[in-house]
Amino acid sequence: MAQPVRNRRASAPPGARPGRPPQPPADEATALRRRAQSRRARREALFGYAMVASALVVVVVFTVAPIIASFVLALFKWDAISSPQFVGLDNFDTLLSDKAVTHSLLVTSGLAVMIVVLQVALGLGLALLVAQRASKIVQNLFRAAFFLPMLASAASISIVMAYVFNDQFGVINYYLNLLHLPQVSWLSSTGGATATIVLVAVWQQLGFTFILFVAALASLPGDVLEAAQIDGASSARMFWRIKLPLISPTVLFASTVGLINTMQLFDQPYVMTKGGPGDSTYTTVLLVYQTAFQNLQFGYASAISVVLFAVLLVITALQFTASRKWVFYS
Amino acid sequence: MTAILDQQPAPASRAPHRRRRIRIGRLLSLAVLMVAAVLVVAPIVWALATSLRTPATSFDQPPQWIPTHPIWSNYQAVFDRVPLAGFFLNSVFVTGLIVVGQLITSTMSGYAFAMVRFRGNKALFGIILATMMVPIQTTIIPVFLIIKYLGLTDSRMALVLPVVGGAFGTFLMRQYFLQMPRELGEAARVDGASHFQVFARIYAPMARAPMATLAVLSFSAYWNEFFRPLIFLQSTDNFTLPLGLVTLQGTMGTGSISIVLAGVIIALIPSVLIFLAAQRYFVEGIVAGSFR
Repeated sequence: MAQPVRNRRASAPPGARPGRPPQPPADEATALRRRAQSRRARREALFGYAMVASALVVVVVFTVAPIIASFVLALFKWDAISSPQFVGLDNFDTLLSDKAVTHSLLVTSGLAVMIVVLQVALGLGLALLVAQRASKIVQNLFRAAFFLPMLASAASISIVMAYVFNDQFGVINYYLNLLHLPQVSWLSSTGGATATIVLVAVWQQLGFTFILFVAALASLPGDVLEAAQIDGASSARMFWRIKLPLISPTVLFASTVGLINTMQLFDQPYVMTKGGPGDSTYTTVLLVYQTAFQNLQFGYASAISVVLFAVLLVITALQFTASRKWVFYS
Repeated sequence: MTAILDQQPAPASRAPHRRRRIRIGRLLSLAVLMVAAVLVVAPIVWALATSLRTPATSFDQPPQWIPTHPIWSNYQAVFDRVPLAGFFLNSVFVTGLIVVGQLITSTMSGYAFAMVRFRGNKALFGIILATMMVPIQTTIIPVFLIIKYLGLTDSRMALVLPVVGGAFGTFLMRQYFLQMPRELGEAARVDGASHFQVFARIYAPMARAPMATLAVLSFSAYWNEFFRPLIFLQSTDNFTLPLGLVTLQGTMGTGSISIVLAGVIIALIPSVLIFLAAQRYFVEGIVAGSFR
């Protein structure tokens, strides 16, 4: 590989002046310089490889290889004790008619859509309201408040929320009662459990979308907004015609990331409902967890996780294609 | 509204109306914001307030939002009756190693991808970048098997090793180093500094801001992590805080929720302190992620 490079350089030595044929001693000097240069380049390349090695090894061993391994494992029947048994696409065949799998995918997508829509709408709404505040201190106070739940772990916050939403002695039902509103069986009914998980997830992730939208609104071009204001545009019109199109990349990003995250919902249902009542909040990752680490069906569990991965890829691709029509990139 | 405004012949006469409407609108928006903020903060305030009540009165209604007679015994109990100190130290150990590891590997690789010329630079960076959005559930089973093969099952290192280097950190640091002038390093090279010296003495010290961003983000991700500890850890001695607290809630039942809540609050304190100290890096990190 080094040969052609050297030849190319030799035809036009870096130090050669046009019009004067290179003298023999100068030629020797450029050869020396060339050799030194390639040695330097090689040393720089070695340094580069050494610098990226650690991150690259970790990523290859613990992400790239496992993705491939997941696809391979999905073709086997294996309990991690006896030797794996190749079954071809049988796992996928079983999976398509497995009610547990299809139901969990439906449950998960339902939860994900509700959570993402609320999260984006509320985050954007609150960001618009905060952006109106002139005082930086007030803005920062609200930002800190909305950010607070994101600092806690979803698992331990779910412990708190399981008490708050408790049917008999929870705080929420206490206040509903005080306001003469009907009690809700938050964690013991299908609808209630779904609502609880949606509310808890939205509540915790609100700070994320909020901060994204605050940043996006702050980066809007001031002259455009001013011009619209001078032309007498109402604030509703300003939002729909100017602000929303300009921040549409952020809307897309927030909803894509939100969807990818919530399709993997695990901590909240694991702690608060265990997937119940019945299987009404039994998400796909709960199913993968149980199939792999409790039933020790590693091949079948891999097949489910591969399907979920494919669903995530399709969602992302669809979202990008569909949004190409309305997302505005400056 | 625009049409009405255009038809009005005397702009001066409508000005006070409009101003009053704006003032009402501003008050209303402030009210909405306050209600939202109260609702968002309330569950955590409730957890704090209830952690300061005796276990017997945890469920007494109405909830006592402001603890007039705080009982600190729950905070004593989480250390006496429950191995919370152990959970806490495990979390510090695991999160600390991950943060330090990610800082080192990401700074090095991000620098090399941005500043060093070597064959395959773009391709290797592409491989790392492609893994950024890979969901953890896709890789967890093989990673579990690798961990088992390495003999690290039920050890704290099982949590650390797979994530000491990652796509996000590499990406973040590379973005930063791409904006740096190359001339500084070239001048130092002429003066006889080695490649590593140029990196360690000149460029790395300038990258404090993205390093802080990476540190706070990976701290908050791994301090709060539940899924991987649940899968990798078996003995209570190795549990990190979220896993320990969830187990605690299961075993202690509803009888002593105020003790569990004291644990939740203790787990939250380091995150809040780091957020207060480095608020802007949290925000910058989240926003930086959206421009990838």
